[in-house]
Amino acid sequence: MRVIVKLFATLREDRFTVDTLEFKAGTTVADVVRHLSIPEKEAALTLVNSRHVDLSAELTDGDTLSIFPPVGGG
Amino acid sequence: MGDLREHLLSRARADLLPWTDQQAAAKAYGVTVCQVEEAALEAGLLPARYQRNRKTLSTEDQLKLFRSTVAVVGCGGLGGYIIEELARLGVGRLKAIDPDVFEEHNLNRQLMSTVAGLGRPKVEAASERVAEINPAVEIIALRDRFCRENGKSLLSGAHVTVDALDNITTRLELADVCAYLGIPLVHGSIAGWYGQVVSQFPGEGTLQTIYGRCADGVGVEKQLGNPSYTPAVVASLQVAEVCKILLGRGTPVAGAMLVINLLDMEFSKFKIRC
Repeated sequence: MRVIVKLFATLREDRFTVDTLEFKAGTTVADVVRHLSIPEKEAALTLVNSRHVDLSAELTDGDTLSIFPPVGGG
Repeated sequence: MGDLREHLLSRARADLLPWTDQQAAAKAYGVTVCQVEEAALEAGLLPARYQRNRKTLSTEDQLKLFRSTVAVVGCGGLGGYIIEELARLGVGRLKAIDPDVFEEHNLNRQLMSTVAGLGRPKVEAASERVAEINPAVEIIALRDRFCRENGKSLLSGAHVTVDALDNITTRLELADVCAYLGIPLVHGSIAGWYGQVVSQFPGEGTLQTIYGRCADGVGVEKQLGNPSYTPAVVASLQVAEVCKILLGRGTPVAGAMLVINLLDMEFSKFKIRC
């Protein structure tokens, strides 16, 4: 299945801004995060098709997954 | 006060009240410049300092802003700009909350920090600055570290609270206290080239969703630091949100997150469905 992955802020460094990636059925958000070598604590917010999901959420063909790092300074 | 109104109407040029007349009226009538400002606005007169606001904000809007109280939690990178802009905007009462003193590493971005002011409490510098730029604004300096226990008293009387904190753990406590008190919260945070803004109204849980997985309370700012421009941008967006919420105008970033990327110059808004 194909998943559009969008990365934000620092997660783009040495990776990409947006890419369409191929995964096997049953792949979870956590699997994609691991595949991209993003430390789990840096994947603070994950949206699938603009809806907030847990890392354990399973992806389906055509989903758009957006991953954001935590931004907490002031 | 009836006399004061007549006096102000007689001194006004068209409907503008010059600062020197505002000051003189306070002295002549034994009242504060804040009281003169309210009387002027009630009489439909605009203190002349706000004349460049008027195509955007009416005299009635200025009166509404003058009668508003905004709590700013954190007086560092974001908070300094926020207090400056709220005071220039004419919000009548500000509560500035921060426990810290200025240190050398604040000088790259914190508007109220100066070489001479190193070691001084941030809220004290904020008070002095507001007195210099708009003496009609009352600023209450609260040198205290915000937490769940003191939050209710620190925020009491606020119509809107602004999140200018520097850590995620305290932000979530602030969101809880605002929800309990029924006060809208305008969140902003920054790290390096990046920032985000959320307006959260009572009953919404956007911030809890965004930060739900940040148990250690630390974001990427610990690696990136913060340059001068990012707090200025995010603080200004927060003040625009505050102004809209106080006046009931426009569309705040509610139930959503505005994501700012100054490196690629992208502003993107995401709905956050909890």
